[in-house]
Amino acid sequence: MMKINKLYVALLLLAIVAPFFLYPVFLAKLLCFALFACAFNLMLGYVGLLSFGHAAFLGTGGYVTGWLMMNSGLTPELAILLGTVAAGALGAIYGKLSVKREGIYFAMVTLALSQLVFFVYLQAPFTGGEDGMQGVSRGHLFGVIDLADNINMYYFVLAIFLFGFWLIHRTIHSPFGQVLKAIRENEPRATSLGYNVNDYKWVAFTLSAALAGLAGSTKTLVFQLASLTDVHWHMSGEVVLMTLVGGVGTILGPVVGAGVIVTMQNYLSGGELGNYVHIIMGFIFVLCVLAFRSGIVGEFQKMWKRNFG
Amino acid sequence: MSADYVLETRNLIKEFKGFTAVDDVNLQVTRGHIHALIGPNGAGKTTVFNLLTKFLTPTSGQILFNDRDITAMKPAAIARAGVVRSFQISAVFPHLSVLENVRIALQRKEGNSFHFWRSQSVLNSLNDRAFELLESVGLGAFADAQTVDLSYGRKRALEIATTLALEPDLMLLDEPTQGMGHEDVGLVADLIKKVSAGRTILMVEHNLHVVSKLADRITVLQRGAILTEGDYATVSADPRVREAYMGTAASEEQDRANAAAAEAKDETVSKEGAEV
Repeated sequence: MMKINKLYVALLLLAIVAPFFLYPVFLAKLLCFALFACAFNLMLGYVGLLSFGHAAFLGTGGYVTGWLMMNSGLTPELAILLGTVAAGALGAIYGKLSVKREGIYFAMVTLALSQLVFFVYLQAPFTGGEDGMQGVSRGHLFGVIDLADNINMYYFVLAIFLFGFWLIHRTIHSPFGQVLKAIRENEPRATSLGYNVNDYKWVAFTLSAALAGLAGSTKTLVFQLASLTDVHWHMSGEVVLMTLVGGVGTILGPVVGAGVIVTMQNYLSGGELGNYVHIIMGFIFVLCVLAFRSGIVGEFQKMWKRNFG
Repeated sequence: MSADYVLETRNLIKEFKGFTAVDDVNLQVTRGHIHALIGPNGAGKTTVFNLLTKFLTPTSGQILFNDRDITAMKPAAIARAGVVRSFQISAVFPHLSVLENVRIALQRKEGNSFHFWRSQSVLNSLNDRAFELLESVGLGAFADAQTVDLSYGRKRALEIATTLALEPDLMLLDEPTQGMGHEDVGLVADLIKKVSAGRTILMVEHNLHVVSKLADRITVLQRGAILTEGDYATVSADPRVREAYMGTAASEEQDRANAAAAEAKDETVSKEGAEV
């Protein structure tokens, strides 16, 4: 336990000094995707359900926050809060419809529902369709701190990420998390102990959707842009990849996975290998599935256990 | 009269696409009894269990628990009402600790099972009670072990402790001794006897030796229907039961000899068990 705490402290220090060495907007993007992947992992890693529609929540959070920033004059923290609530509400509805299914059927239902959302945003006038919602202002945090400054923006994103990460950590290690674990381990037994397992999955799904929305809302503010990319099913696939690469069911795995994927996309797309990004990512995906099932963090944990445990 | 029955089924029928798995079963389980459900493979014993706990929905018929119609209730609600089942394959949470397994059952009544914002340390107040339950099934020493590392017999004991945590009126045990060595069979049988005090137990069991030792009343199922009912002496004397099990009555002599041999063997084993 102590060792873990030390690791967290070291990572936090790293995150605090990082913007003085790396481009803050890139770091903020990384944190947004890390939060998105953590939210997704709450479903895949801790409930055992693979959602193939989490982009819907990322995008909904983004569009709602973007629209509010452009049209309502709300301060950014309120716009983000409402974007999160909107994604959570959508998650609550979609969760009700999907948690009764399992395995591939759950993935298909979530995919279908998220495609529905995609086409709504494609057609709806307020999203800007193919062009996206451009020129979203970042505004002043609490009406005071100017977020147009990238360093300010970064620390705001870091605070949001830490809150989201803490909430997920807490959820996993809560009375609710214990029941989730029991359901994942042996669902019929959990039922026979009197738990309405679908209610628990539904709460987890709603929570996961809200946190994905939080990531999307924040991301819109960082890039001052909300676009169809965030609701496209590619995005739902990308978050699966991030989580798998980092390590499903480990708390830090999605963070590491998001870091690896986002960094790769960023550096490769700018360089000569730009056209091969998807091929390289596909290769990594295959490699992970074939050889490193537990992902980077999972494999590292195993190695640690073997050598020092 | 019917107040004596904890559980009653009336004309219970389950059909799967033209095949009748459970055919007009009228079962009465008397309060305080250990009631055994026996029958050859495919007789519909587990299907009856699944119907009673609503893991399957009956095609027609009624299920009464303490004179209350529970036919329309959901599985989790039936468990909360006091009918708790076990499964053929040991139903534990393998990657939780032994103590946590029992705690999950205790946790539900605490009303904090949806509290995702609280630390799980609030569950520590249940540890004493969970430990007591583990002690009662002889697992006190294993409280901190990972459940997956327990022997099969101990997993079954843990399952019983977890079930007891819910303080059920009626325990449904689906083949509690299946796949066990002689030693474990003896241990689990003794345990069932012990926990049956003040409760009603309905069990599916293949091991007739265990049935003869434990059951107050036996219902024999064949092809989904009740063949006969009664205490062990009555049921075992019924030639139809022997036929259902053995195919013909001709092998009766051989059969008796086998039973005697098995019994003798069992006794030596349980003596050894006592010494350990």
